Amino acid sequence: MPLAVRTLFFAAYRDLAGSSSLDLELPEGATVGDLVASLRARGGPLAELPPRPAVALNRSYARLEDRLHTGDEVALIPPVAGG
Amino acid sequence: MSALVREPIETERVLAHVGDAADGATLLFLGVVRDHADGRTVTGIRYEAYEEMAAPVLADIADEACRLLGTDRIAVLHRLGDLTVGEVSVAVAVSSPHRSEAYEASRYVIEQIKQRLPVWKKECFAEGGEAWAEGTEPRPDPDSRSRT
Repeated sequence: MPLAVRTLFFAAYRDLAGSSSLDLELPEGATVGDLVASLRARGGPLAELPPRPAVALNRSYARLEDRLHTGDEVALIPPVAGG
Repeated sequence: MSALVREPIETERVLAHVGDAADGATLLFLGVVRDHADGRTVTGIRYEAYEEMAAPVLADIADEACRLLGTDRIAVLHRLGDLTVGEVSVAVAVSSPHRSEAYEASRYVIEQIKQRLPVWKKECFAEGGEAWAEGTEPRPDPDSRSRT
């Protein structure tokens, strides 16, 4: 059964995505890294995403190796510039 | 105490969150919007956040600083939205019995904000145009890997 996850884009990555969020389906067992690869493979501006961006899974920093589950919220985190 | 806020930061109100009869040192750090970036004149900055994540990350940073400080007398506010030159984007107030821990905790908070708070800023230039400021590749806190 495929996984349904929501991907969030911020700042420069939102400009690339043309949207602040995208609902995606991925094969069972997919990782955060697989999600990033599938976004880059869509072509267009999203192909400019770095291959290993910082990511958050359910609002905590995560690793590209982390497994996804249905209902997860994945955020691609551009280099941060607070302060 | 920590919060993301959209209204202007009033420093007196930030300071009111810290201070105790036992404290001989109170520090206030303010991050302020400056009028230049990379040789270009800046008229303002728009701050945006992944708010659902940034609020708990800011709270974690404040908690970690409290452990360094040895008291809970820390207040951290980060502003979001459109700011003009001279406005306060971040305020860190700390008080403690002695200055050394206060300086250490204050510095810790602002450096961690720079490293891991999911906040971005878009600079608006006097000659027209705007651009996302170059940021820092986020470094999660040292404990996060063992937690997962």
